[in-house]
Amino acid sequence: MHSTAVRARGLTKTFGDVIALDGVDVDIAAGQIHGLVGPNGAGKTTLLGLLLGLAMPDDGTLEIWEVRVGRALSGSARVAGFVDGPGLYPTLTARQNLAAIASLRGEAAAGVDELLDRVGLRDVATDRVGGFSLGMRQRLGLAAALLGQPQLLILDEPANGLDPAGKRQVHRVLTEVADAGATVILSSHRMDDLAALCDEVTLLAEGRVVFSGPVRKLAAESGELDYRLITSDPEGARRAADGAPGLSPVASRTSPSRADDPALVVHGSEAAIDDLVVRLVTSGIAIRELGPVVPPLEAAFLALTGADLDATTVEEESAR
Amino acid sequence: MTTSTVTAPLQVQPVALRRGYRFELVKLAAQARLRLVLLACLLAPAVYTAVISRQTSLPADALYGRWMNQSGWAGSLVILVFMGTSVLPLLTSVVAGDVFAVEDRLGTWRHLLVAVRSPRRIFLSKALAALTVTIALLAALVVSSIAGGLISIGAHPLPGLDGHLMGSGELTRTVLLTWLTIVPPTLAFSAVGLLGSVALGRSPLGLLVPVAFALVLEGVALMPVPVALRVALPTNAFITYRGLLTTPGQLESLWIGLTVSLTWAALATYLAYRLFMRRDFTDLAYNGAGRRFVVAGLAPLVGLVALTTGAVAAVTGGTGSGIERPKLEAALATSFAHLYVLQTRELNRPAITEGQLGATAHCDKGGDRVEDRGPGADWRCVVTWTLPGATATGTAIYQLDVAADGKYVADGDGPKEVNGFFQIRTPTGDAPNPLWQFDGFVDLLHNEQKGSP
Repeated sequence: MHSTAVRARGLTKTFGDVIALDGVDVDIAAGQIHGLVGPNGAGKTTLLGLLLGLAMPDDGTLEIWEVRVGRALSGSARVAGFVDGPGLYPTLTARQNLAAIASLRGEAAAGVDELLDRVGLRDVATDRVGGFSLGMRQRLGLAAALLGQPQLLILDEPANGLDPAGKRQVHRVLTEVADAGATVILSSHRMDDLAALCDEVTLLAEGRVVFSGPVRKLAAESGELDYRLITSDPEGARRAADGAPGLSPVASRTSPSRADDPALVVHGSEAAIDDLVVRLVTSGIAIRELGPVVPPLEAAFLALTGADLDATTVEEESAR
Repeated sequence: MTTSTVTAPLQVQPVALRRGYRFELVKLAAQARLRLVLLACLLAPAVYTAVISRQTSLPADALYGRWMNQSGWAGSLVILVFMGTSVLPLLTSVVAGDVFAVEDRLGTWRHLLVAVRSPRRIFLSKALAALTVTIALLAALVVSSIAGGLISIGAHPLPGLDGHLMGSGELTRTVLLTWLTIVPPTLAFSAVGLLGSVALGRSPLGLLVPVAFALVLEGVALMPVPVALRVALPTNAFITYRGLLTTPGQLESLWIGLTVSLTWAALATYLAYRLFMRRDFTDLAYNGAGRRFVVAGLAPLVGLVALTTGAVAAVTGGTGSGIERPKLEAALATSFAHLYVLQTRELNRPAITEGQLGATAHCDKGGDRVEDRGPGADWRCVVTWTLPGATATGTAIYQLDVAADGKYVADGDGPKEVNGFFQIRTPTGDAPNPLWQFDGFVDLLHNEQKGSP
């Protein structure tokens, strides 16, 4: 068993004038669930496409299980997955889709029903895929990718369109796959999708790796955050925050549409927030709600990718 | 981590062709549209022949249309007329014209490439599957058209295009052979469909390429173009079966048509393959390559037409329309003699042979001021014959409408005892008069008509 499932060195891929990947170095250990995260156009799908052998890099090397991928479509048969949607045929039923793919790969169709069961689609096995929701297609695509028990599973945005129950089911299946020794690489532009599932993540921005490592280490990258605080005495809390070292009120980052919001938003480190909490309690002010406006992982994502934090904050606030 | 253990690039075996082929067949068979088309191919010809054969008004404009209520074989031959002009190009559009484009519409190319790992095998699988389904649809048309006619009317004899009477055995062989001859042009249009499907992607224009080709080529064939160009078009191969309906067979056009069709099929398939292999499947925004289709698809096919036209002209010397007075006279005299013998038999008169009649024809096109060559409805012919023991010479007049493809309709213009009545009174009742109106054809490539009695 190899310790490294994927090793990329200096991977570069361009499409015309667009640089999709710009000297990407990545190591992905075998048996882990590894997340690729980044804003739209960061190069996630291009990297997954290279891993699936759909294209060749313009420069750099890519190894899967320490074997160099030499030309397009020459990757290992034990690599499966999908990019840009699961690639299903709407005129076939769920079972027919899987059976046809199994037959195409020369595998027995005996495990088809078990796979349908595993992704929660057994009840709709005889329904045409044309009538499936996006979430059902995603789950069927996952089942199709699992045919033949691949050792490297590559999934592009597998949580797209999934309801919470569907997401939990997919997470459970992927965890089982990884527990069985396979490596899973999945992409998402949502940190919360990956945080609960991945051992490590690689953060891409404009074709470059801006972070690669354990999820907890990425959270630590977040540094100072905005915290939202609701207390029994908003004015008293504001006065306390004004005098607290290392904290600054962030009035401008609250939603204009919520001018009557009693919440106080302050910017600072975790230690400074701890100090403020002590001050409030000492002053007899009750804390009803306290939390980061943007979760630490997401904040790290936004900070590292250079995304517009203000815009994101306003969107988040408006959504509440 | 070290790179010292890196081995040579891994070469994974792509999926076997037979598995890819089966996968494509499963997908095609699951399409409701194709199931409906198959059902239509199985039912429509049978229903058409069964219903029309029992009507008093028959499709006399179509070859053998006027015989539909006389012989069950005629219905299949009438269906065959419609094949090249519309049905088969349409079928190839529906099948081959969509077999690649459907993956673009569904966004499944990447999935397929990852599964099969060989664009070449994907192409072959799809091309073979499309061909299989097209042939299956064609087989359904053959079975249905023959069954419909034979069940409703029966396997009665039918005259050939030179007037000779074909019995059941000869008809079985000939009708099946005529259908077989349209397989190569069907392959040619299938290949054009593949080309359109590969080149134009999800664009609906790709689906229409075979039909558009057929319409353009039919348009060319309707014009008074040189015979070398006419027989160099793949659509011409849809009508060269007519040479099988004479004795002896007039096969030169048939062989040229088959060669042209197979050359088209090979070239168009190769062009489609080349375009397919050069495609960038990582480009999600791919929406066909119209300009590349014109340069790398259309232009070579136009070049092929020019090349084959030159080759046919050089080999056969056929630079004119191919319709000349001596050939028309020979064809008409031959048909008349055969049909006169048939009429004699039906009227229960003393037996006579074509040789004894010594029929000849003299034709004129549009009077003295018009040259006696080329298609037109202004041909007037006088057929002359002599009965054994008789001193007088019989004559009959025919107005001929000669089409540019060599088919003509001879319409009797007297005397009424010979060709003036629609029906004749036979000992068993009234029957259609074979000399009243009949179809024939001129072999455009031959300088002298074959099959004279």
